[in-house]
Amino acid sequence: MIDGAVRSEAEFPALQHLLGLEGLTRGEISSILDLSTRMKEIGERPLKKVPSLRGKTVCTLFVEASTRTRTSFEVAAKRLSADTMSLTASASSLTKGETLLDTAKNLEAMGPDIIILRHSAAGAPHFLARHVRAAVVNAGDGRHEHPTQGLLDLFTIRERLGRLEGLEVAIVGDVANSRVARSNIFALRTMGAKVRLSGPATMMPPGLEALGVTPCRRIEEAIDGADVVMMLRIQKERMGSDLFPSDREYFRCFGLTRERLKRARPHVLVMHPGPINRGVEITPDVADGPESVILEQVTNGVAVRMAVLYVLAHRQGRAS
Amino acid sequence: MTHESGDARPAGSRPGLITTRQVLDAAGVARAVEAIAAELRRRRGDDAAELALVGIHSGGVPLAKRLAQALAATGWPAPPVGMIDITLYRDDVFLGLPQPIVGETELGFDVNGRRLVLVDDVLFTGRTVRSALDALIDFGRPRSIELAVLVDRGHRELPIEPTYVGCRAETRLDENVHVALTELGAASDAVVVESRRGTA
Repeated sequence: MIDGAVRSEAEFPALQHLLGLEGLTRGEISSILDLSTRMKEIGERPLKKVPSLRGKTVCTLFVEASTRTRTSFEVAAKRLSADTMSLTASASSLTKGETLLDTAKNLEAMGPDIIILRHSAAGAPHFLARHVRAAVVNAGDGRHEHPTQGLLDLFTIRERLGRLEGLEVAIVGDVANSRVARSNIFALRTMGAKVRLSGPATMMPPGLEALGVTPCRRIEEAIDGADVVMMLRIQKERMGSDLFPSDREYFRCFGLTRERLKRARPHVLVMHPGPINRGVEITPDVADGPESVILEQVTNGVAVRMAVLYVLAHRQGRAS
Repeated sequence: MTHESGDARPAGSRPGLITTRQVLDAAGVARAVEAIAAELRRRRGDDAAELALVGIHSGGVPLAKRLAQALAATGWPAPPVGMIDITLYRDDVFLGLPQPIVGETELGFDVNGRRLVLVDDVLFTGRTVRSALDALIDFGRPRSIELAVLVDRGHRELPIEPTYVGCRAETRLDENVHVALTELGAASDAVVVESRRGTA
């Protein structure tokens, strides 16, 4: 299509780091999503690799466990021909008492161009970004943000429904603990979608209206007429206990069932960042049903992360 | 590629001092495409088997489509036309180019065993073609690849030569060759050389 020629007039996002989706402009988000479309095509080729980031080094530093996000970033880096190295909490000296800054300085000494950090403390990537020359990507920091998850969710919605502007998106579950929800809220609002939130009262933070979203007491209200239903994972490892009585009780009040899904628009997309707790957040027939794009989200995650790595590898000024 | 890699435009040149000279007008562009089609038929005998065209994004894409139409007009079956973007294969993306925007790649056919013709608007240093060859070969093993260009402006930096040439233009290294095509939003087709005389 010739539209690429017109689009080449579009601004190339001038990001130094990707720490969050809060504050990104509509133009920046759009151009990352456009680029993700090109990157997705590479994943459909017989030879799923381009030489674009040859000679660049991407380091993943996962201080909090996550196999799938780390793997997704590594696949993305390898498809662009970057070299990758990976440190996890159990394998790193962080468990031996080294501070994050010392770990980062030691990593820096190996000359990575991009560092991808997951950390249980909100703000850890921002701290890192102030102290290293490399570009920093936030791969999830505490309850704060998970920007590449937000971008892949937006990409999936835009690809399936053709737009973001004006869509009704319901986000259901543990909103208070969810960095996925926060990143999605920021980006969806920037792109002109409307967001409704629902979850147990213990999992709904105060002050949501200030973010321009609509809290709903019952899941039915949130789903009613929605174009997208995004289910959040119950993060058993993060919440301890006491936020809800039992899995069965949670499912009864906030689980996504086929009956509840009937309230949404006919073309509704069902999304979940994974891993799914079947029978808690969502019934198996909905998770595996025709509305579900859960596995597409995983595929798209690689494409979006390729786009982010590409953008950061081309940042002006600081790269050598 | 409309953007020419290796463009040695002098820094600080004043835009008021651009002079242009036209190499081809709209009729000239049409004749050049027809001449390429005729030459392609002649060189291949009457054998249209496995022929496919691949336009290099962005200027080569409409030209590849026109070449397919021109071949069809001579009575050949219209060959399939794909497009390829070489941004991710460039050797100069980290040398400070401002906007490495990636265009669409869509071949739409299996390249294995094909006799391909790569199509671009301007042949200059040859680096774009080198990138396009790398990209194409990542899709499979074509039987052969030829190169058709609307304008050869000289100044090659790699051992790459076109198989089919619409026209040759004498240019200085610091000049810019602009190919206007209606599909890309131009009012009419033209090939123009722009000279920027900077500080004298």
